[in-house]
Amino acid sequence: MDTYYKPEHLSHFASIAEGNKALAEKFFSYYGAVFADGALSVREKALIALAVAHTVQCPYCIDAYSQECLKNGSDLEQMTEALHVAVAIRGGASLVHGVQMLEHVKKSSM
Amino acid sequence: MGDVPLLPTWGPDVAGPGLPAASPRAVRSLRSRGSELASAETQIETVSRVDLSAMPYAGSFERALRENGWARLEPAPIEIFQINLGKLCNMSCRHCHVDAGPDRSDEVMDPATVEACLAAIDRCGAHTVDLTGGAPELNPSFRTLVDALVSRGKHVIDRCNLTILLTASHRDLPEWFAKRGVELVCSLPHNRRRNTDIQRGDGTFEKSITALRLLNAAGYGKGDPGRRLTLVTNPAGAFLPANQAAMEREWKESLEREHGVTFDRLLALNNMPISRYLEWLEETGNLKRYMELLVTSFNAGTIAGLMCRNTISVSWDGRIFDCDFNQMLELPAVASDGSGFHVWDFDPAVLAARPVVVGRHCFGCTAGAGSSCGGAIES
Repeated sequence: MDTYYKPEHLSHFASIAEGNKALAEKFFSYYGAVFADGALSVREKALIALAVAHTVQCPYCIDAYSQECLKNGSDLEQMTEALHVAVAIRGGASLVHGVQMLEHVKKSSM
Repeated sequence: MGDVPLLPTWGPDVAGPGLPAASPRAVRSLRSRGSELASAETQIETVSRVDLSAMPYAGSFERALRENGWARLEPAPIEIFQINLGKLCNMSCRHCHVDAGPDRSDEVMDPATVEACLAAIDRCGAHTVDLTGGAPELNPSFRTLVDALVSRGKHVIDRCNLTILLTASHRDLPEWFAKRGVELVCSLPHNRRRNTDIQRGDGTFEKSITALRLLNAAGYGKGDPGRRLTLVTNPAGAFLPANQAAMEREWKESLEREHGVTFDRLLALNNMPISRYLEWLEETGNLKRYMELLVTSFNAGTIAGLMCRNTISVSWDGRIFDCDFNQMLELPAVASDGSGFHVWDFDPAVLAARPVVVGRHCFGCTAGAGSSCGGAIES
């Protein structure tokens, strides 16, 4: 393998069934059900997926869900806002641990 | 590291390397720019040169038809008589398959041809007359034609770009249309500003919303079948539109909440690899990918409902085509003896016996849920 990430892996995703067909079928069936129109629209789900894709930093998912978001009628502004939600939670998750730091500092300092 | 910055020095207003600015830009017609793609022949060659040999049906539309039980594409009885009143338009949108624009004032249907269309409509029995362009309202015979059609009891559709309704000589049109029960089918690529302006030019979204308010005030878009307001969306990029019904639901909610405007239904159309959209595909390196998308999304269930089967399309100079796309590619309808059809003298029986002329661009209408002048073919 000359590189870890190859764009064509995305379209070959289904080949993961080679090692265990039953589990792959369960996964893809579940995956399809998750993204079906429901209490949330397909467009809203694609925006959530886009934000999560950036959080887990998966280039395949970023590729797929950038396209899905556009296709389902979101624009760049909406997609960027979704991304900032992920960014805010990531940043906030670090920052809120600062309260632990603060406690340590207060306990250990005069 | 010395003075080498750790982060790129370009900010949000400056495109970095490899990231061309996606800002809206004005386009002029291919013809006025002397572009090679202004020629229909060059457009057909450009699309046929794309290597689709590894794709289903090897990228051949004829083969896709044949392998799905259509030895030839037979027309159905004519229901819709579509008239392209000319290529003159007050706008020049990035994706326009007509290459319409303000410079095309020499390609507008004359009154004699309009008269010939009326006579042809009487002969062929279509129940609906679909007026398109360019901006059809800019044709000097437009109002006379609509009145003549309404007095014949025809359902009249005006394919309107919305912004024309804000020009001085057309401000009365919403009320004028309402009195005649004309259905308005209006272009609005997106329910938000950005993707509308990218495709149709800066400021278009605001103007479109203003025009929609005028139409609402005239009684359009409120569920009255005599004042039906239909919006048409087509993607601002190299992708296919998603579910038309789901988009309609979201558009209705957001346009009313954010702008206080209502409409009756949304049609989602695919972009065709023709004219200025073809130019955009080529310039941005998207042509092959888009053609692959169209071919791999081929949906045989859309064939029976294709508009070319129940519609005939008349050009500004009176020639007859199977659809507006074939018209722009200069692929006229052809009788079994090889002759063409003209609005002055066509025989509906001979026309009904022709096969529809098809080509690779037809994958645009059979992709995904399908696409026609009436929106998605399959729900």
